[in-house]
Amino acid sequence: MNKTINQKAWYFVIPVFVLVAFNAAIPLMTVVNYSFQETFGNNVFAWEGTRWFKQILLSERFHASLGRQFAFTFIILLIQIPLGIGIALTMPKKGWGVPVCLILMSMPLLIPWNVVGAMWNIFALPDIGFLGYSLNAMGFDYNFTQQPGDAWFTTILMDVWHWTSLVVLLSYAGLNSIQPAYYQAAEIDGASRWATFRYIELPKMKKVLTLAILLRFMDSFMIYTEPFVLTGGGPGNTTAFLSIDLVKMALGQFDLGPAAAMSLIYFFIVLLVCWVFYNLMMKNEAQS
Amino acid sequence: MSLELKNVEKKVGIDTHIHPTSLRLEKNTINVLLGSTLAGKTTLMQIMAGLDKPTSGEIWFDEKNVTGIKVQKRNCSMVYQQFINYPNYTVYENIASPLAITGVKDDEIKQRVGKVAELLKLSAMLNKKPDELSGGQQQRTALARALVKDSDLILLDEPLANLDFKLREELREELPKLFEDRDCIVVYATTEPSDALMIGGNTATLLEGKVIQYGKTLEVYSKPENLVSAKVFSDPPMNIAEIIKSGDNCKFTDNNVQWKSSAKIKDGTYKIGIRPHNITTYKEGNNSVEINGKVQISELSGSESLIHFTNGNLNWVSLSNGTQQKNVGEDTKLYMNTDEFLYFDQNNRLVNNG
Repeated sequence: MNKTINQKAWYFVIPVFVLVAFNAAIPLMTVVNYSFQETFGNNVFAWEGTRWFKQILLSERFHASLGRQFAFTFIILLIQIPLGIGIALTMPKKGWGVPVCLILMSMPLLIPWNVVGAMWNIFALPDIGFLGYSLNAMGFDYNFTQQPGDAWFTTILMDVWHWTSLVVLLSYAGLNSIQPAYYQAAEIDGASRWATFRYIELPKMKKVLTLAILLRFMDSFMIYTEPFVLTGGGPGNTTAFLSIDLVKMALGQFDLGPAAAMSLIYFFIVLLVCWVFYNLMMKNEAQS
Repeated sequence: MSLELKNVEKKVGIDTHIHPTSLRLEKNTINVLLGSTLAGKTTLMQIMAGLDKPTSGEIWFDEKNVTGIKVQKRNCSMVYQQFINYPNYTVYENIASPLAITGVKDDEIKQRVGKVAELLKLSAMLNKKPDELSGGQQQRTALARALVKDSDLILLDEPLANLDFKLREELREELPKLFEDRDCIVVYATTEPSDALMIGGNTATLLEGKVIQYGKTLEVYSKPENLVSAKVFSDPPMNIAEIIKSGDNCKFTDNNVQWKSSAKIKDGTYKIGIRPHNITTYKEGNNSVEINGKVQISELSGSESLIHFTNGNLNWVSLSNGTQQKNVGEDTKLYMNTDEFLYFDQNNRLVNNG
């Protein structure tokens, strides 16, 4: 076979190369640049080596916000995944109920994030908000702007409201791809509803659920806008998750070096968790 | 033991999926439901199993009315066209699942699974998961699941349709043997007449939700009650032409081909059905007649040759043994075996019966 040699074909790669460079490589390298140096303005830099990384990794402030972040992500995954599957299981499979449910489910996903934050802020205000007022009227001492527990409760409730739909839609798609014959076979075997779920529906949903957990992990781990608008990280620092803390450090205190180091650590945590989780879930798939 | 459908009808909305059907299947028989897609085979099976309720009519099992009794309470098993197994169970656990649910003891499960696995050549892969198996092995696993419990009724819904040719041939030969010494009623749905002939037993021909004819497979094949049943039980499609009979002489209305018929029927016009393999490029039988034709399509399939040709206004399909190379557009001579002609009257009923 004669291979045509035409080096001009490389020109076709240029647009992608430029695009990737501008949207990923260059910004990331800027962060890398800051994370190893001290900046004095006017483009004066001094080499600092790994000092910022050590400082961040040893700082209590970082430990605290990382802890809050993991706690938050863990709680919302624990609520949203089972709840999402549960709702998907009860959704109708045919008839007019299908479009109605799908539209209702996708509504929260279509609302801009800062609007969600603002909405819940007003909704939960103890003096005028429907939720806040009602809770107080029922005798609960509820004030999310002053009590950390209430702030967490509200943030989690908001996230569950905003994002459970995603899990529902993915699970629903997974459930719908199961052939009716599987259910009949289980019925003939005399399998219970639980056994049908455990041994047919759950394994068949494995791939979409992996995807749902990954997406929800990444999004919730990087959450910023909604809690920023809702609580601003308060009261105190009790709802200051990683990205809120990061922005405070970078833009509030203008500590660009430590903030850059923190960004990279943050990025690697997300990458590492996703990689480990995905490989664990897909371990058995690869064998076949 | 017998399974009896009494005037069973199934309607969904305004569509009738099964027209009133009565059918009696006896113990220790294999019964083939033969019909094209949408003929109602699956619906009928689901009604037999109790997965679906008939709109009207009754199902009797063992002389007891079981209409409306749920599938869990009946002792039946089913194999589907798709390979249905529990995805994260091993082959062993899959086969064992119907027994485990009903609370059979572990020792007995082990022994019974072992026996069935051996029968279906699965012994070497008991520890594998279904998606590590080939299609044929997956379907064997599903079959094993159906066989392991001593069902009274085993339903096989086109179990070989998704397998490739070689595996299909292989399993098709094994299937009847699997059921030989079992105390049960087997129902086997298929779209292919050759499946029915291979499996033997009884056959019900179906068309558009109606059972056309039910009887011994060979009888239904060689003596179809009517033209519809004959058409359903013929692949490639049956040739149908109009003839005029006067005395012993028969003649096609559309051409001058003539032959003598010994059929004891009145003079008049009839339709005849000729199976493709009774039109050949060589003489067969003592009473064959010649027909001229213009070749339209000529297909070779290994040991057989399919030649489509026209004669006058009619299109004919012929099936000959061996490699019969013909060119498209060529004028050719073929032979019809008149002994095998099926004569139907104007109401499409078979008249040369016996």
